[in-house]
Amino acid sequence: MIEILVGLAAMSGLTAVLAALLEAADFWFLDYGEVVVSINEGEKEITAKGGGKLLDLLADNGIFIPSACGGRGSCGLCKVRVLSGGGMVLPTETPYLSPEEAKDNTRLSCQVKARNDLAIRIPSEYFNIKRFKARVESLANLTETNREVRMKLLDPTEMNFKPGQYVQLLVPPYKGSPESVSRAYSIASGPEDKSSVSLVITRVPQGLATTWVHDILAEGDEIELSGPYGKFHLRDTDAEMIMVATGSGLAPILSILLQMALAKSHRKATLYFGTKTTGDLFYTDQLKELEGRLPGFRFVPVLSNVPEGETWDGETGMVTDPIKRKLEKEGGEGKEAYLCGNPFMINAAVKMFMEYGISEDKIFYDKFG
Amino acid sequence: MENPVLSAQMIFFAAVFTNNILLANFLGMCSFLAISRDLKSSIGLGMAVTFVMTVTTAINFVVYYYILVPLNLIHFRFIVFIIVIAAFVQLVEMIIERYSPLLYMVLGVFLPLITVNCAILGVSLFMIIREYSFIQCVAFGTGGGVGWTLAIVAMGGIREKLKKAPVPRGLEGPGITLVVAGLMSLAFMAFSGMIQMQ
Repeated sequence: MIEILVGLAAMSGLTAVLAALLEAADFWFLDYGEVVVSINEGEKEITAKGGGKLLDLLADNGIFIPSACGGRGSCGLCKVRVLSGGGMVLPTETPYLSPEEAKDNTRLSCQVKARNDLAIRIPSEYFNIKRFKARVESLANLTETNREVRMKLLDPTEMNFKPGQYVQLLVPPYKGSPESVSRAYSIASGPEDKSSVSLVITRVPQGLATTWVHDILAEGDEIELSGPYGKFHLRDTDAEMIMVATGSGLAPILSILLQMALAKSHRKATLYFGTKTTGDLFYTDQLKELEGRLPGFRFVPVLSNVPEGETWDGETGMVTDPIKRKLEKEGGEGKEAYLCGNPFMINAAVKMFMEYGISEDKIFYDKFG
Repeated sequence: MENPVLSAQMIFFAAVFTNNILLANFLGMCSFLAISRDLKSSIGLGMAVTFVMTVTTAINFVVYYYILVPLNLIHFRFIVFIIVIAAFVQLVEMIIERYSPLLYMVLGVFLPLITVNCAILGVSLFMIIREYSFIQCVAFGTGGGVGWTLAIVAMGGIREKLKKAPVPRGLEGPGITLVVAGLMSLAFMAFSGMIQMQ
């Protein structure tokens, strides 16, 4: 009996001493006091408690840097330029930085710790990124796997986004997913209503966020999101547009078309929307209606798989097939390309566009895996 | 059976070459395989392991002979050694993060990896089995660390060369690394038996 007690006491004592030592070290060594972060040559200054990640410090002060992995250093999106005070580039960052970025002091803000005063530079549109509270207004199953989530923004009540941009949805912990995760989804709604946004979310088997959206989320629920993010948006030119979408990649393209309709644009634009079967097509009515409102716009659905017995008089095959025929006839000179969808399609299409003479700076895309 | 008593210098030498903890005892393989992609990080991790191994062996010696043995608690040695190593690593990480950005840059990201490096626990356990004195322990810890560093730096160098070599497709990455590790171990086996370390 005594032996057991001695054992327990000794082990607890030893662990307690080590724990106390670490607590003391945490208190003495990791107190960095207040640090000042100066953004874009003093455009904004933040004074905050130092020691943590720069990404978190900025988020706590209302500046949201795009990050898909939530600060684990695995997505490489949270790049900012750290002009002074950032210390040396860590080995965890180097895989994500190009040689030019390494030279101009670009860093991953989730790896830089705010231990002293910092001067950083971020694109000014990041100031526009906010965290929103929203209520789910409606949930609609567009196809078997695609669900439209329409949300009313509660606080703040309006989002100034460029059609084509995306938001990050914060998925709270639920049964089977113990930690909250955030995932990026493009905005499908147009710019005419800034107080609500809708997203198209495809069910991914075992996907943490998509399972939540498809199985748990209910109308009336309050959720959190941040945005707008991304550089995919309409370029203000008169060039003819070739738009390509697969699956939920239609969302940002639809948003751009709604923007064009609002501006009564006469630009020539053709949308090629690739799906497997007719059952996977969605927003068809809206797109038909847009054909009426936009004189230069044409909608071309492309099915890769028409089941026997079904009649389909539209395009079939790969989504790139009809585009190839068009470019064969007209050439790619002076055209702009807007693509969104799965990475394989985008890689193939970008290669094809470049072969037909559309220069790289005229090809815009949003890739998601 | 009587153990030949080895001097501290002898133990150091043996731990580096003839009884290399990695290549003779196959301890600490996980970080050895994962971090040896290039020379620079190999050297960083090797330095961190050497430092932590030396100090934790000494601390564990004190804890074992002055706490566990008098209280008759030697059956706790595994868990106690692990806790001591983990706490020490965390403490060191905090200190160098605060005071030496340069060192943090070199060693910092590797320190959390060391907490679970079995070579470090292995050295602490060997010193108990082999009944070393304190001086011998420190020599053994340092030697073990230097030996581990030697192995990983050699591997880092070889893997840098391997990047340019036409490795068969199926063997790329971990496959060829394990083959190389095996060959290195064979080479080090030539030393075995030169010094009897139980």
